[in-house]
Amino acid sequence: MQPSQPVNIPEVIQQIPLNYYLIISTALFVIGIIGVLTRRNAIIIFMSIELMLNAVNLLLIAFSSYRSDPAGQVFVFFIMAVAAAEVSVGLAIIVMIYRNIRSIDVGLLNKLKW
Amino acid sequence: MQIDLLCILIPLFPLIGFAINGLGFRQIPKGAVGLIGSAAALASFAVSLYLFAFFRTQVGITGSNAPIIANLFDWISVGNLNISFSFQIDQLSLLMLLIVTGVGSLIHIYSIGYMKHDEGFGKFFAFLNLFLFFMLLLVMGSNYVVMFIGWEGVGLCSYLLIGFWNTNTNYNNAARKAFVMNRIGDLGFLLGIFMLITTFGSVEYVTIFDQATGFAVGDKTMLAITLLLFVGAAGKSAQIPLYTWLPDAMAGPTPVSALIHAATMVTAGIYMIVRSNVLYTLAPLTLDIIGGIAIATALLAASIGLVQNDIKKVLAYSTVSQLGYMFLGLSVTAYTAGMFHVITHAFFKALLFLGAGSVIHAMSDEQDIRNMGGLRKYLPVTFWTFLIGTIAISGIPPFAGFFSKDEILAHVFEHNKVLWVLGLIGSAMTSFYMFRLLFLTFFGEFRGTDEQRHHLHESPASMTIPLLVLAVLSAVGGLLNLPGGGWLSDFMAPLFEPSRRVNPQAFAEGTIDHSTEYMLMAISTGVAVLSLVAAYVVYVSRRAVPAPETVERPVTEKVLYNKYYIDEFYETIIVRPIRGLGDALYSFGEFVIDGVVNGVAWLVRASSGQLRLLQNGSIGFYVFAMVLSIAAIVALRFFVRF
Amino acid sequence: MLTLALILFPIVAALVVLAMNGESAKRLAFGAALIELALAAYAFIRFVPNAQSQFGFDYPWLASGGIRFSAGIDGISLLLVVLTGLLVPLIILSAFRQKYDRTSAFYALILFMQAALMGVFTARDAFLFYLFFEAALIPVYFLAAMWGGENRIPVTFKFFVYTIFGSLFMLLGIIYLYYQTGSMVAGPPVAGAPAISAAHSSAIADFYALNLSPTVQSWLFWAFFIAFAIKMPVFPFHTWQPDTYVESPTPATMLLAGIMLKMGVYGVIRLVLPIVPAGVDVWGTTAMVLAIIGIVYGSVIAIRQRDMKRLIAYSSFAHVGLMAAGVFSQTANGLQGALVQMLAHGINVVGLFFIAEIIFSRTNSRMLDQLGGITRTTPRLTVYFMIILLGSVALPLTNGFVGEFLLLSGVFSYNNWLGAVAGLTIILGAVYMLRMYQKSMFGATSARTEGFADVSGSESWVLIPLVFMVFWIGMYPNSFLKMTEPAVTNLLQYITG
Repeated sequence: MQPSQPVNIPEVIQQIPLNYYLIISTALFVIGIIGVLTRRNAIIIFMSIELMLNAVNLLLIAFSSYRSDPAGQVFVFFIMAVAAAEVSVGLAIIVMIYRNIRSIDVGLLNKLKW
Repeated sequence: MQIDLLCILIPLFPLIGFAINGLGFRQIPKGAVGLIGSAAALASFAVSLYLFAFFRTQVGITGSNAPIIANLFDWISVGNLNISFSFQIDQLSLLMLLIVTGVGSLIHIYSIGYMKHDEGFGKFFAFLNLFLFFMLLLVMGSNYVVMFIGWEGVGLCSYLLIGFWNTNTNYNNAARKAFVMNRIGDLGFLLGIFMLITTFGSVEYVTIFDQATGFAVGDKTMLAITLLLFVGAAGKSAQIPLYTWLPDAMAGPTPVSALIHAATMVTAGIYMIVRSNVLYTLAPLTLDIIGGIAIATALLAASIGLVQNDIKKVLAYSTVSQLGYMFLGLSVTAYTAGMFHVITHAFFKALLFLGAGSVIHAMSDEQDIRNMGGLRKYLPVTFWTFLIGTIAISGIPPFAGFFSKDEILAHVFEHNKVLWVLGLIGSAMTSFYMFRLLFLTFFGEFRGTDEQRHHLHESPASMTIPLLVLAVLSAVGGLLNLPGGGWLSDFMAPLFEPSRRVNPQAFAEGTIDHSTEYMLMAISTGVAVLSLVAAYVVYVSRRAVPAPETVERPVTEKVLYNKYYIDEFYETIIVRPIRGLGDALYSFGEFVIDGVVNGVAWLVRASSGQLRLLQNGSIGFYVFAMVLSIAAIVALRFFVRF
Repeated sequence: MLTLALILFPIVAALVVLAMNGESAKRLAFGAALIELALAAYAFIRFVPNAQSQFGFDYPWLASGGIRFSAGIDGISLLLVVLTGLLVPLIILSAFRQKYDRTSAFYALILFMQAALMGVFTARDAFLFYLFFEAALIPVYFLAAMWGGENRIPVTFKFFVYTIFGSLFMLLGIIYLYYQTGSMVAGPPVAGAPAISAAHSSAIADFYALNLSPTVQSWLFWAFFIAFAIKMPVFPFHTWQPDTYVESPTPATMLLAGIMLKMGVYGVIRLVLPIVPAGVDVWGTTAMVLAIIGIVYGSVIAIRQRDMKRLIAYSSFAHVGLMAAGVFSQTANGLQGALVQMLAHGINVVGLFFIAEIIFSRTNSRMLDQLGGITRTTPRLTVYFMIILLGSVALPLTNGFVGEFLLLSGVFSYNNWLGAVAGLTIILGAVYMLRMYQKSMFGATSARTEGFADVSGSESWVLIPLVFMVFWIGMYPNSFLKMTEPAVTNLLQYITG
């Protein structure tokens, strides 16, 4: 798409009603939760967490543009940065776990109890 | 001449003596120790004499009977209460001073001979001096707290001296018993002082007695104060129910028994009541109670004395009984008579104890009269002086005891005939047990071992001279206060002026006329002589000797011999329960209280033991819990507005 | 500034001592404690007897919160500062004969303890008070847990948790009071004036000025009272005490009994009485009854003890009960008596524990039925022991009498019957103390006490100052009473309103 005039992103966003954003991000978030709760593969859980984060990001951007408050978008950048850092650390941990127990099944990781 | 300085000197001498002998214990040679100790006592006596003369002349010149107050320093001052460390010299303290230092000096001199062979010679003199110091504080203090210092201090010395031979557990127990029983009395005294503080805001005699004249006779506060103070007096002066320590106190060396447990310390209770006579006059009910306790004590102790076989025990019970007479006198507001008996009793009882000491000394520490007899030949001086003492205490004229006891009984007769009859019975018993003691010890055949007979000897001069002096005093002491207004009554009269003002009836002139008075004298003398004769018949003519320990005694005698089982009674109802309570509290009470504390700890541990199971290690479970909790919080936030 | 020196000097000294080892650590610690004593003595001499806080310092600490690092000495603090200054060198000296491994740590901890105690007794800020109150616990915990007897670990753990538990209530109380101060400082409601932001303050003096409702005061009373009651201890919060005293090494026991339990009494005087007078009106009698139960309870148990240390522990429990009762009488007599008695009791109890230690070190036993006859070979010990014992049974002209006389008269004027029951202490005290003396010193010698060596050297130098103090306080108590009088009078004004 070649825009003939500078596109006003908030306007683009606002073309869709806010409720839709709410519904979709809620759905994404719940999918993420269910993924975390039900799956035992550490990488899938990780992806589910990312999904939840992005659900929140989406919601933040939606609200930010509807309310014309850039703070929400600033937040999103922070979350993305933190998520990236987290992924790098988290994946490293998963790799280490795999090297140690030859599996990434979190059900096996129950040594730290009582 | 600085009178204040003189006042300070009186207790200072014994204190210095104590310091020298106490600190130099084991370094100073025995001769010097005895000399220092006795010199300290004699110096105090000399100063007391001077003070006495000075006071008399001052009264003569100025006509005022105001006491001399020597203020040393403020001791405790808190808020409005100021307790000064000060001395008061008036008629009463002068009399006590003379007795304490005079008899005290004689006993110090006597001790040089008596304690010569003891390894604790220096310690003994140090303690005696310390005792004198505290006793002087007691009688010289110008307020109740200084009196209390002396009061507890003499108790301490009594403790130290009863347990003088401290390797013997029985002696130590006797010492501890004396201290603790005195402490019971002291608590009463202390509470009395607190009550005085709350009532009068002061502890000074002058202030209190001045204000007390404003109270009505029979005032409740006065009743409480006087009763509390009397508890103290009963402890110190061995009255029912706190008398049992005194006979046990005979564990101490005999000069101690003479000085502390006969002549001076045990009369502190009488001194205190005479000192507080205004308060007591205001509380007739207290006086009645004292009268009842006094006569009961006098009779109880005398009856026990009838069958005792330890020469010192007999004298000890006799002391308790005589103290009862003194209180009896006080209870009918015959304060002078009570004080008179204190003086004469100091003479003859000190004499008797020292005589007994001389006997014990001669008999190589034998105290059982069943093993004596016939000592008249071996110990002539001791015998004659002891005889004088015995006559004096028995109330046979013209010796000292007759006058003082008769004066008490005459006042009692005026007040209450029943008490008088009981007093007379006691008097008869006194005469009997004293002559029984005399006859068994000095008459008949010698019943001791051959070795003891071999050692029999009259005591050295340092022991016999005090005996002779005291014998003279016991013989003529009655002259102090002859019937019908003697010197002592005149001398002491100003002390009772406030009492006379607040309750004139109690001091009304005697209603009995001279013929009745003479008859009373005749009766009491007759009773005493009758007892003498009875004792003579039994123990000299029939040569009866008390049965040895092993023999089964008739019930009455057994009860008397075992002192009415009072000690056992106290043991059962007080000592054992407290011990039992101590054990119970230690094992059970502490267990319960600590159980609660540990229970709380156990509860925490048990619940955490359950809660930690939640930490099961399964990540899924944690996440699930987290999600559930968030959902719950959101739901709560949604449904409940807060 | 003197106060700052009193608090900081022991810390500095302790750090230096930590770096030393063995003998030199001992000597250095003793020297430092002597210097501290000199400072305390200087404070005592230069103290002007008025109600003001003197030699103080005041620095911002958490300045924005109104919490200041502020301490000074007034009449109430003074005697305790003197007590701490006097006892610590004696306690250090008393440990000289004993071998303690990790010597430098041992003596450094004692000095740390001293710093904390000085802080407690001089703090003018409630948070600072709390800080030192808790800080004092740490060194003594380590002293007991590292050098104590066989059973030390569970016993000291209990002691630690129990006292911390109590202090937390006090912390709550302090925080509550802290937030109350703001509303009071708020400026006058003048129209148009900018709202003054409520400035909170944790100065104890500001707490005094608070106007709290009686209900709140009752709650606060218990919050503070439990903290101090456990510390003192008051019946029935005492069960940590005998075990801890017995298990701790004797120097730690001396610190605990001689100084640390005074923190509780001091706390009641400093915080409870003036801050929550209405609470004391309601609950003071209850507290006093508890304290008096403690007197009788402790005394009766002490009568039956075999272990000297445990006996002294129970006697200490009974004595502190009397102090608490006297304080709650809220009279000049009771308060002055408590202050003097704190000093006196500290001296006596340190002396008694030291004598128990001397006996234990010679005979390897503290059991009374295994002792006896010691007096035969020990004229000096006999005399020192007797004098300290007499102080402890409150014989007139010794230090115990002045305190007990005033305390009992305070309690008696509050309530005659309570006074009479509290007075049982003078009877029961004589019973258990004389029993202890008789069983250990008199009678026949046992195998253990044969050839008992008399006190000498450093032992004498511990006991002689104690004996001297026994007589000084007993014969001329006014030199101490005069110092405390204005402060106590001042305090009573807050109580009576």
